[in-house]
Amino acid sequence: MFKTRADKIFWFTLAAVFLVGLGFTEVLANEYYYTAVYAILQATMMAVAWNILGGFTGYVNFGSAGFFAIGAYTAVALDKWLGLPLPLLIVGSAIICGLMGLGVGYLTLRLKGVYFAIATLALAIVLETLITNWDFVGAARGVYILTPEKVPFFDSYIQLLFVVMLALTLGSIAVSRQLNDSRIGRGLAAIRDDEVAAECAGVPTLRLKLISTTIMGAMMGVAGAPYPFFVTFVDPLSAFNLFVAVNAIAMPLIGGTAHWIGPVIGALLIGGAQEAITVTISSELNVLVVGIMLVLFITLAPQGIVGLVQKWMKRRRG
Amino acid sequence: MDLFANAIVAGILLGAFYAAVAIGLAITFGQLDIVNIAHPTFVVAGSYITWILNSSYGLDPVLAGILVAPIFFVVGVLIYRVYYAAFERTGQESLSGLAFFFGVMFIIEVVLIMVYGVDYRLVSADYIGKNIDVGFIGLPLRLVVPFVVASAMTAAVYFYLSRTFTGRAILAVAQDRLALQLMGADPVRIKQFAFGLAIATTAIAGSLLVMIGPVEPSLGRVYIGRAFAIVVLGGMGSIPGMVIAALLLGVVESLVSSFAGPSWAPAVAFGVLLFTLAVRPSGLFGRA
Amino acid sequence: MTNRRSFARATVIAGALAFAAASGSLVSFAAQAAEPLKIGFSMALTGGLAGAGKAALIAMELWREDVNKKGGLLGRPVEFVYYDDATQPAKVPGIYTKLLNVDKVDLVVSSYGTNEIAPAMPIVMRKKLVFPSLFGLAVNDQFNYDRYFQIMPAGPEPKTDWSKGFFQLASEQKPKPTTVAIVSADSEFTLNAAAGARKNAKAGGYIIVYDKTYPMSTTDYSPIVRAIEASKAEVIFVASYPPQSVGMVKAAHEVGLKAKMFGGAMVGLQFAAIQKNLGPLLNNIVNYDFWVPEPTLNFPGVKEFLARYQKAAKGKGVDPLGHYLPPYAYAYLQVLEQSVRATNGLDQGKLAAHMHRATFKTVVGDVKFAKNGEWAKSRTLQVQFRDVKPNNMAQFEGPGKRIVLYPKAWKSGDIVYPYKK
Repeated sequence: MFKTRADKIFWFTLAAVFLVGLGFTEVLANEYYYTAVYAILQATMMAVAWNILGGFTGYVNFGSAGFFAIGAYTAVALDKWLGLPLPLLIVGSAIICGLMGLGVGYLTLRLKGVYFAIATLALAIVLETLITNWDFVGAARGVYILTPEKVPFFDSYIQLLFVVMLALTLGSIAVSRQLNDSRIGRGLAAIRDDEVAAECAGVPTLRLKLISTTIMGAMMGVAGAPYPFFVTFVDPLSAFNLFVAVNAIAMPLIGGTAHWIGPVIGALLIGGAQEAITVTISSELNVLVVGIMLVLFITLAPQGIVGLVQKWMKRRRG
Repeated sequence: MDLFANAIVAGILLGAFYAAVAIGLAITFGQLDIVNIAHPTFVVAGSYITWILNSSYGLDPVLAGILVAPIFFVVGVLIYRVYYAAFERTGQESLSGLAFFFGVMFIIEVVLIMVYGVDYRLVSADYIGKNIDVGFIGLPLRLVVPFVVASAMTAAVYFYLSRTFTGRAILAVAQDRLALQLMGADPVRIKQFAFGLAIATTAIAGSLLVMIGPVEPSLGRVYIGRAFAIVVLGGMGSIPGMVIAALLLGVVESLVSSFAGPSWAPAVAFGVLLFTLAVRPSGLFGRA
Repeated sequence: MTNRRSFARATVIAGALAFAAASGSLVSFAAQAAEPLKIGFSMALTGGLAGAGKAALIAMELWREDVNKKGGLLGRPVEFVYYDDATQPAKVPGIYTKLLNVDKVDLVVSSYGTNEIAPAMPIVMRKKLVFPSLFGLAVNDQFNYDRYFQIMPAGPEPKTDWSKGFFQLASEQKPKPTTVAIVSADSEFTLNAAAGARKNAKAGGYIIVYDKTYPMSTTDYSPIVRAIEASKAEVIFVASYPPQSVGMVKAAHEVGLKAKMFGGAMVGLQFAAIQKNLGPLLNNIVNYDFWVPEPTLNFPGVKEFLARYQKAAKGKGVDPLGHYLPPYAYAYLQVLEQSVRATNGLDQGKLAAHMHRATFKTVVGDVKFAKNGEWAKSRTLQVQFRDVKPNNMAQFEGPGKRIVLYPKAWKSGDIVYPYKK
C-alpha cells in the first residue's frame, strides 16, 4: 500500500485533507459550511460506491437510493432498539447493506446488463414499500431523531457529523483506489470488458462480482447511516428519493467511470454546484442549472472529465 | 365476486394506459437501447399541451394529443440528432446517454414549471365522469377512453413496425446494423425516425394521463420505475411482450389494492417483476 | 498676522472636523436606521408542495409591502431572505444554517409542510429563536419547544382535533351510523390525520370496517373505492393529497358510492382549480377547511387581502382564489409583526412570552396560542359543499357553496345528510 511514490503522495494528501478539515472545526464556528460540505461528502461517498460496481465492474445499479435508505433506516432502528452510539450504528448499517450487496451480487448470476439495472430499481421500490409499512421505524409517517445538545470535543453536533463523514469519505476513496489498482481491480475491468472471455481466461468472476457488490452496498449503507442525524426527520419518500439515485449515477459519469478519482471529481463538481445553487439562484432555476450542467458535461465529455484529461495528456505526449 | 371482476377490469383498463406510456420506451429502450429516462417527463409535457388546448380552446383531450403528436415527432428527431452526435457516433455506451437524458428530464420539468406554474392541471370533457355499467361491472369512461385510444395506438405502432419497410427497418437496426446498411437503409435516419415516433406517442399518452388525473410538472418521476419495468418485464424488443407486461402490472396493482391493501401494491408489482426475471432472465418474450 | 492666519486655519480645520464628525454620525445614524430587518425562511417553490408554497410566498410579500408602507418594523425596512427547499427535507438544515450564520437574519419563520418544518427545529432550538410555523401537523409533539408557534388552527391536540368535528357531526345524526372506513395516503400528514380519526372513531363507539393506506403513486382509485363499498361502511374518512383527492372523488362518483358521510381530511378540495374541475361531484362531501367566504368568517381585512392576493396571483400559475393557505401565511407574519412592536425589540425570549400571552387580531380573526404553540382552541372547520355548479370557478368566490357545519361558533348552515346521491 505504501510501495510507490504515488501511494505516498495519496496517503499524505488524504491525511492532510483530514487534518485540515479537523482544523477548520477549531476555527470556523459557522455551521452553514459544515452542513453544505456534509451534503457534498455524502454525495461523494455514494458516487465512489456506485462506481465500484458501475464503473469498475460494468454493472449499472439503478437502486442506489435503496442501499442509502436502508443504511439510514438501519441506523434508526438500532438507535431506537438499542440506543447505540453513532460509530456502532455505522457499523450496523455497513453490515446490513453489505449483506444486501452480497445478495445483489448473486443476482448478477442470472441477470445481465439492463435487466440487472432494472432489477436493482425494482429492489429499491420493494424495499421502500416494506419500510413504508414498518411501524417500528415510523412507517410512512416518518421518524424524528433528536440530536444531543452537548457534544464531546466539538462545538456543535454538525461539526461532529462533518468530521465523521470526512473520515468515512476519505476511507471510501482509499478503498476505491485500492480496488482500482489491485489485482481485484484488473479482474473487475476484465469482467466489465467481456465477462464471458474473463471467465474463460480463469478470472473468478463470481467471487469478484460478490466482492464488488458487497463493498458497494456496505459503502452506500455507511453513507446513509449518519443521514437521520443530519436531517432529524426521516421518511421513506425523502430517504428513497430520486435525486440520491440520479446523483449516484450522474456524478461518476461526469467525472469519469474508469478511474477511482472520477466519481470524486464529479461529486465535488456537481455536488458543489448544487449546494451553491441552493443558496444563490434558488427557485426552479436550480433544477434547470443541474439539468443543463448534466447535458453539457456529458455531451462535451462522454468519457467524463478523467477521459478528457487522459485524451489531453495523450495528445501532449503524442 | 363482483369486487374481483371489477378489480380485473379496472386493472386491464389501467394496464392499457400503462402500455400507452411505455410503448415509446419499448421502441427507444427496448429496441434501440437508448436509456431515455426522460420518457415519462415527455408524457407530462404532452399532458400540459393537451391541457392548454383543452382549457383555452375547448379541444377534446384525445384530439389535442393527436394534433400535437407531429410536433413531438419533430422534437424527438432533434433530440436524437444531438444524442447521436454526442454519443452514438463516437461509439459511447448507453450509460453516458443516461446522464444526458437525466439532464433533459430536469430541463423539461423546469420549462414546464416556468411556463405553466406548479399548480395542478386538470382537463374536462363530456365523457369524463360518466360511467357505463355492464351488469355489475362498472366502466368509467375516464378510464375506458384511454383504454380504447391506448389500444388503438399500440396496435397501430405494432402493425407499423411489423408491416412497413421503415417499421421493419427499425426492428432490424436493433438486431443487425450492418445488414441493414447492406440492404440500403441508413441506420441513422432509421433510428432518428424511430426516436421521433416514440416521442410522438408520448403526446398521446400525455393526453390520456391528464384525463385520468391531475398533473403537475414532477409527476413523470413516479412513472419512471413503472415504464422501464414494463419494457424489461415484457422483454426488450417485444411489443406484444410489453403489452402483456403492462396489463399484468395493472391487474396486479388493482387486485392488491382491492384485497390486500393498496400500500403493498408497488412491492407486489415489482416483486412480480423480480420473480419473472429470476425465472426468465430476458423477460417474458425477450430476445435472449 | 501669523497668529490670526494660523488661528483661522485652526478654526477652519476644527470646523471641518466637527462638520465631518457631525455628518459622519448623521450618516451612520441614518444608515443604521435604514439597515434592513431580515426575516429568513425556506419555502417549497419547486416539487410537490410548490403550488401552495408559491401562493404562501405571494401572501407574505403582500405583508412585507404593507409593513414597509407603515415605515417598517422598529424603524427598519423589512427584507426577506429565502431559498427554495424544493420540497426536500434534506435541504432544510443547510438553508437554515446559512440564513442564521451567513446571512445573519434577524428573525426566522418556517417553510410550509411538516416535512419541511421539522428539519429546521433542532437548529432554531439551539439558537433559542422564536419560530412561527406555517401548516405542519403536530410537529411540536416531538420537540416540546416553547418558542414554536403554529398558525394552522388545528387545535391544542392537533391530530385528534383535526377530525373531531367530522365524527361529532356523524354522531349527531339520527339514527347514528355505526361503521367507519378510514383510508389514507402513505405519507406523514395523512397518516397522522388518519391516526386521529381512528382515535375519534373508537371514542365515538364506531366499528372500523376498513382501515387501509395506499401509496402516493397510485393512479387509479376505483379498486380502493370498491373495496370500501364492499365493506359497507356508513362513514368514510379519507386523508389524501390533491391528485389523490381528485381520484377518490371521481372514483366515488363512478362507482356510485353510497355512504352516509364522505370526506374528512382531503387536501386539494380547497384549491380553486380542483373545485372547478370536480364541480357537482363535490356536493355533500364534508371536508376540513380553514377559511371559506361564509358570512360567519368575515374577519376584518380578509376580503381586502384576498382581493389583493387575487390580483397579485394572476398569471403566476398558483391558486387563483387563494382561500386556503395565503390568509394564514399573511396572518402568521402579522403575529410576528405585532409581537415585535409590542416588545419593541428582537429579544427572542420576550417575543415568545408575548406570543404565548397575547390574543392577536389578524386577517383570519383572533389568534391565541396554547402552551405547546398550537391554537388554544381548535378552529378546524368541517365544511360541506352544496349546490356546486359544473365548470364554474367564480361561484366559489362568495358564500353558499361551502357551508360551515362545525365548530358551532362559526356555523353557517345545517348538514345535508346522508351523502348518498
